[in-house]
Amino acid sequence: MRLYLTEGNPHCLKVVAAVELTGTRCELQFVGVEERVVPFLSHSKLPCLQLDSGNYLFSTNAICQYLFTLRGKEPSDLTNQWLEWEATELQTALSGALYTAVVQGKKEEAAGTLQKKWTYIDQSLTRRSFPYLAADAITVADIVLWGALYPLLSDSAFLLGDLKALRGWFERVCAVAACRKAVESILKGKGLQGLKPYLQKQPAPSQRAETPTSNEPEGGESADRVLTEEEIRAAADSWSKGLSGWPKPKLIQHPVLPQPNEKNVLITSALPYVNNVPHLGNIIGCVLSADVFARFCRLRNWSTLFVCGTDEYGTATETKALEEGLSPQQICDKYHAVHAQIYQWFGISFDHFGRTTTQRQREISQDIFRRLLERDFLLQDTVEQLRCESCQKFLADRFVEGFCPFCNYEEARGDQCDKCGKLINATELKNPQCKICKGTPVVKSSKHLFLDLPKLESRLVKWLEDSMVSGNWTPNARFIARSWIRDGLKPRCITRDLKWGIPVPLEEFKDKVFYVWFDAPIGYLSITANYTDQWERWWKNPEQVQLYNFMAKDNVPFHSVVFPCSLLGAEDNYTLVNHLIATEYLNYEDGKFSKSRGVGVFGDMAKETGIPADIWRFYLLFIRPEGQDSSFSWSDLLLKNNSELLNNLGNFINRAGMFVCKFFEGRVPEMELHDDDKRLLAQATWELRQYLQLLEKVRIRDALKCILNISRHGNQYIQANEPWKRIKGTDADRKRAGTVTGVAVNVACLLSVMLQPYMPSVSASIQEQLLAPAQCNVLADEFVCILPGGHKIGTVSPLFQKLETDEVESWRKRFGGQQPEEGSADQSKTEAKPTAEAKAAAPVAEDAGKGADPQRAKQLAEEVTKQGEVVRELKAQKAEKAVIGAEVTKLLELKKQLVLAEGKTAEAPAQKGKKKK
Amino acid sequence: LQQVPILQANNGPSLMGLTAIAAHLVQEAQQKQLLGRTAEEKAIMQQWLEYRVTQIDGHRGKDETRTILKDLNHYLEDKVYLAGNNFTLADILVYYGLHPIMTELAVQEKEKYVNVSRWFDHIQNYPGIRQHLPPVVMMKNRLYTSGH
Repeated sequence: MRLYLTEGNPHCLKVVAAVELTGTRCELQFVGVEERVVPFLSHSKLPCLQLDSGNYLFSTNAICQYLFTLRGKEPSDLTNQWLEWEATELQTALSGALYTAVVQGKKEEAAGTLQKKWTYIDQSLTRRSFPYLAADAITVADIVLWGALYPLLSDSAFLLGDLKALRGWFERVCAVAACRKAVESILKGKGLQGLKPYLQKQPAPSQRAETPTSNEPEGGESADRVLTEEEIRAAADSWSKGLSGWPKPKLIQHPVLPQPNEKNVLITSALPYVNNVPHLGNIIGCVLSADVFARFCRLRNWSTLFVCGTDEYGTATETKALEEGLSPQQICDKYHAVHAQIYQWFGISFDHFGRTTTQRQREISQDIFRRLLERDFLLQDTVEQLRCESCQKFLADRFVEGFCPFCNYEEARGDQCDKCGKLINATELKNPQCKICKGTPVVKSSKHLFLDLPKLESRLVKWLEDSMVSGNWTPNARFIARSWIRDGLKPRCITRDLKWGIPVPLEEFKDKVFYVWFDAPIGYLSITANYTDQWERWWKNPEQVQLYNFMAKDNVPFHSVVFPCSLLGAEDNYTLVNHLIATEYLNYEDGKFSKSRGVGVFGDMAKETGIPADIWRFYLLFIRPEGQDSSFSWSDLLLKNNSELLNNLGNFINRAGMFVCKFFEGRVPEMELHDDDKRLLAQATWELRQYLQLLEKVRIRDALKCILNISRHGNQYIQANEPWKRIKGTDADRKRAGTVTGVAVNVACLLSVMLQPYMPSVSASIQEQLLAPAQCNVLADEFVCILPGGHKIGTVSPLFQKLETDEVESWRKRFGGQQPEEGSADQSKTEAKPTAEAKAAAPVAEDAGKGADPQRAKQLAEEVTKQGEVVRELKAQKAEKAVIGAEVTKLLELKKQLVLAEGKTAEAPAQKGKKKK
Repeated sequence: LQQVPILQANNGPSLMGLTAIAAHLVQEAQQKQLLGRTAEEKAIMQQWLEYRVTQIDGHRGKDETRTILKDLNHYLEDKVYLAGNNFTLADILVYYGLHPIMTELAVQEKEKYVNVSRWFDHIQNYPGIRQHLPPVVMMKNRLYTSGH
């Protein structure tokens, strides 16, 4: 028999205790947490017992019982009952509690969820008055329950209070030698914390219960919510207070600085790399998400600073500069402006949009560097690299080719040989050649500096745990950060043999610059420093400032591990990230965005469609890849615009305003609230509170649904009360029409405030149409009457436009895949070309391996002759170069075929042809 | 929420839980072989009883159902009954647990989980097992030959 176990796995306790207690002879084997031992189960299930027959037992309780049975201790009704209760009732509660207590660090909360189970055990023990669960002596039930409860009950946070029977029993079983031994071998003296590495790899039980998010809204759950009388009364009370006691919106004065005893929020969005035009995925991942949150914080009257900028140093900039024949600085200037324009068009409300090529950046980076050096957190090492003297460049793997050191293949790449498949170290290549200039590179050893991450690991882990417990990290960010730590940290090179970067301030390293990843995140600090001299009040103030980093998930390692290590090592009381908000990826029409293939919508193109920026914002936020990847789709954009914006939100706000204009001469009528009205107020209040809670947790996409729910309720309310009919009725009816219109237009006004983080221009135009007082632009958890009876509103006009299918279809064609010009040109080419090429092209692959084909050769020889005549004739006529060129290409192609058909080696001429192109 | 059955006997304490009660009744009926003949068979039988009340009854959503069917299909590849070569209580209770899932399966899925289907059909035709449950129709000839 062989028992498979994992260290720190709570389920192993009872099994090992049972082995010990029954004195079973059995081989113990420790394996990794995720190892799949049982061949027929798709998921890892440990511990498990392999029997001599080859069968597996994967149920811990069945294993325990089996060991007891072998000793002649058959199950009884009572032990069966306990085992079943443990597997069905107790384990469900325990897995949640363990996760809450150990991974999230909330022990009290976890203890609270278990009270009922403990009482149940305590009462059972009292009623039967046995010292053990099922008999006078210890049984399998005691071992099973003890094993399940031990991790929690042995921790001081889980007091049993006056549950005397349970406490007595637990102590009795703990004293059994077999149990002590099990604890020793599984927990290794680490107690509850010893379970952490195991639990972190399990899916979070609470999240498992949640349904996964998708592009579709979870329809109408809140519509079915039953409101209590109390909620309805409270909502009506709040409403009647009006704006008199309402807080005033805080006037924003630059520079915004943190205030003592207030909530101070510092928001960064990952710095976009300067040489690319951002695509919609970049925009939703960082700047747009951060913008919504920043606007929300300002509406809550929190001191909010939102900074971002372009990341400008590095090889890619240099390459781009070569391409465009500009200097790196000119490239940065050009593209920084492109970025700034795009974000401005999208309405991103940066307090400052800076860049990393500034004096401040140099000062702060060098300062952090010196501090790390002084504190001995940097290591020096030599790296051997190929360097091309004529290009003045160290060559990255794929920029060098040469003879394979193993098989002598002539075109082996710097990292691998395509022929023999072996991995190569670039310096081992024979006859290396620079791919750019064909010059011969030389091996140069170069000294580099490394950030000593292993030395900082313990500090990092401690900080990370605190930050994750107290802060709001998205699950993917937690997962990625943890897996980095789990895989072990290695020193990371922070210097580069480049010119375009921040010089390393050491004589020995004067020709080197910082590797971009080291200084890019420092950009957050330097950009703030360029905004205000008092930047340290934000960045060296962890007590007063809450830092939110927004990014796509690929950026998580730098923000959660590497950059915090730099700052922790520098020991200068830096503000470290409290809330790391990472999105998943946004796909384009179920494919990837690709600049080179021209697939997808890029920041500058969104404007060209003529669709307003706010519509783009709305749709991108509606499909924000929160929790899982999502896709941008043109037809979905049309659908969401026409259904959610036009028919739901726009329709409601417009109708409310129109009724005021048409029926009440543009003045908000007096209101006398009935139950129906109060109910709507309560519904809106409930959604408003949900919205606030969700946005505080940066669940941007979910919070948007609350807005749409309110207008949905509003539409139903108008539809049910029919003010357009009542206005023609009796006095009482007319009064009722007035109340309904007044309430509706106030809900519209509330929506304008809630909408502001998402659609700032639309929000502004609603408020303009309603002539809403500026004072309403504060978010609190009450819905008050903003526009009282008698308030004059302005001119009401529709907010949204319908998108037509053919319009959207034409954009889809334009942005999806190949550019249309190229596409159609390609097509006409294939169609127009005579069959000769088609014929010639087809056999390439076939003939390549077959060798000679005399008949085909004869045919091709004729075609070559014919084609040669065509070319000569064209040349004689002095035809256009392009025309001649096309025919020449055809001729060469035919000649190539001929060579193949004659059975000569294909490679030489084929290669030649390729290079000519 | 899952309801837990309780057995209140005339002359003794009550017993709680589906598998505990079933095992008790099997004993009462002098049908001990249904609980397994050897220690190993007993343990395997018990394991599948637990699987019934934790995994099959506790499954949430399509993905988990699929995992259950996939795992069982793999397990039953070389077995006649859940505990090997003998019919046990585990076959009865797992059959009852799977019945609603099997009823919902499309023909193609039944073919995909061919070992589960074979076992299920065998159990539902076992004398006295099916009781009030409608039989689940199993195709005798494969319709989708290139399925996997």
